[in-house]
Amino acid sequence: MGKTVAEKIFGRAAGREVAAGELVVARVDYIMGQDGTAPLAISAFYDLGGVRPADPGRIAFVIDHSAPSPNEGVSALHKLMREFAREHGITLYDVGDGVCHQVIPESGHIGPGSLVVGADSHTCTYGALGCVATGVGSTDLAAAMITGSLWFKVPHTMRVLCRGKLPPGVYAKDLILRIIGDVGADGATYLAVEYAGEAVDDLSMDGRFTLCNMAVEMGAKTGIVPADEKTLAWLGQFTPRAFAPVRPDPDAAYAAVREYDVSTLVPQVACPHRVDNVVPVDEVAGTRIQQAVLGTCTNGRLEDLRVAAGILRGRKVHRDTRLIVAPASRRVLLAAMREGIIQDLVEAGAAVVTPGCGPCVGTHNGIPADGERVISTANRNFKGRMGNNKAEIYLASPATVAASALAGEITDPREFVR
Amino acid sequence: MRLEGRAHCFGDDVNTDYIISGKYKFKTLDMKELARHVMEDLDPEFYAKVRPGDFIVAGTNFGCGSSREQAPLAIKYAGIGAVLARSFARIFFRNAINTGLPVVECDTSGIRPGDELVVDLERGVVLNRTRNLEIPVRPLPPVMLRILADGGLAAHFQKHGNFALE
Repeated sequence: MGKTVAEKIFGRAAGREVAAGELVVARVDYIMGQDGTAPLAISAFYDLGGVRPADPGRIAFVIDHSAPSPNEGVSALHKLMREFAREHGITLYDVGDGVCHQVIPESGHIGPGSLVVGADSHTCTYGALGCVATGVGSTDLAAAMITGSLWFKVPHTMRVLCRGKLPPGVYAKDLILRIIGDVGADGATYLAVEYAGEAVDDLSMDGRFTLCNMAVEMGAKTGIVPADEKTLAWLGQFTPRAFAPVRPDPDAAYAAVREYDVSTLVPQVACPHRVDNVVPVDEVAGTRIQQAVLGTCTNGRLEDLRVAAGILRGRKVHRDTRLIVAPASRRVLLAAMREGIIQDLVEAGAAVVTPGCGPCVGTHNGIPADGERVISTANRNFKGRMGNNKAEIYLASPATVAASALAGEITDPREFVR
Repeated sequence: MRLEGRAHCFGDDVNTDYIISGKYKFKTLDMKELARHVMEDLDPEFYAKVRPGDFIVAGTNFGCGSSREQAPLAIKYAGIGAVLARSFARIFFRNAINTGLPVVECDTSGIRPGDELVVDLERGVVLNRTRNLEIPVRPLPPVMLRILADGGLAAHFQKHGNFALE
């Protein structure tokens, strides 16, 4: 019987042949903690009897969830992370470097075939590089830091085959929202989701990150796009290291297979307060919004900002709507500045904030008021997610968010995209 | 492990933002402080209502969302003895075991708010004393049972120095 990508990667990391369902203790190639989870991992590190990490070169901390610090409580936790990182020789990405899920792929430390754990549920994003990357809690992170390994159940895999060509104005975000709407919030629990088909081949790396980022919103352990030439070319910008792509065997056994023809897909919107509450944009078009958010680990990459700037250029954000832009990383921000994208966004009325997670996760940088509606490119619209449980959050693509910011109401972006 | 307490019932897909909101959890490592806000967005009175040893009872996909370990910790520090649900989200389930919070997968449809329950993890049953119902529990994988029996992953490491899973 052939093997899935997840079975191959777990087999390599465990040092033996494995099949889905088996329990393994596997060597972890890279370990990431962010400022919402690393402080607890540091205290767990000592609770577990840790003295020093097994391999500090394989660990990174990222300060992104509350960056820069909005209050003294957070400042103390940031200080704890900086001191622990300095003491043990751990790489620390500080305020302004960006969202962990952009910074780590850009670091060149991980690539096709890697096994990565991160104390953040959206660690599954890195699967766009053809690796297995999964979210864990702080105690598991501490155990991995101490031993260099962690126990896993090798997941069964759901294959999502996407045929056809995305129409203009329809993006990876619309595709993943549609998939989650169909599969449901727990339809892929414990599974790896392997994406395939020519629509996935055609996606840019930025689009593939979006696809993998939201795998956890259907309960999955990870999302994977098997690596190809595009993956290797993208990684080549950041590291000279040669990675070997891991491809699924043609006779691999899948727990489920879903097929999509993306050529008929229209822009999608996830409505409050569930990510799987997904409708075509025309069903909610005209809904007034007070805030629009462009950014996050889902859609804060260069291509996302470029698409939004293409719609906003030479126009003005609606007077009753705020547009907040949080680029995914310093590198993305710099590239967007060089291209004139930031100029276009700011001239259109956007407020650009420090690369980071704040506007998505309710720590700072744009907490909505009672009764307000927000349209965001983020991945979660749970009640209270953005820091106010009396606000409503709609999720959509960067194009839909940009078009909606102009109109002050949820708007189909296709009229702006030729 | 035998636990007794009253049921506090919630629905499906209780996510980690509902368990402990991001607006609190990023500020502090003081779990007693976080515990005061547990489930606040679903029931502002929840913390005040809980008596030590009570249970959270929920539907499917309990704990979906973030990987924040503050979620099971806040539940534990609020005095909850165990969470019973029809199913759990993957990361929350692991985090609960690692932090020593018993998670019990079973059919919760016959449990109503205030029901008196006895959770017997050795026998793998939940007894609903109020309704005289015996509910079978889906057994934990042996690895998790071992970590939970040790009192969580920290205690497991203190005892064995590493993963002792075989």
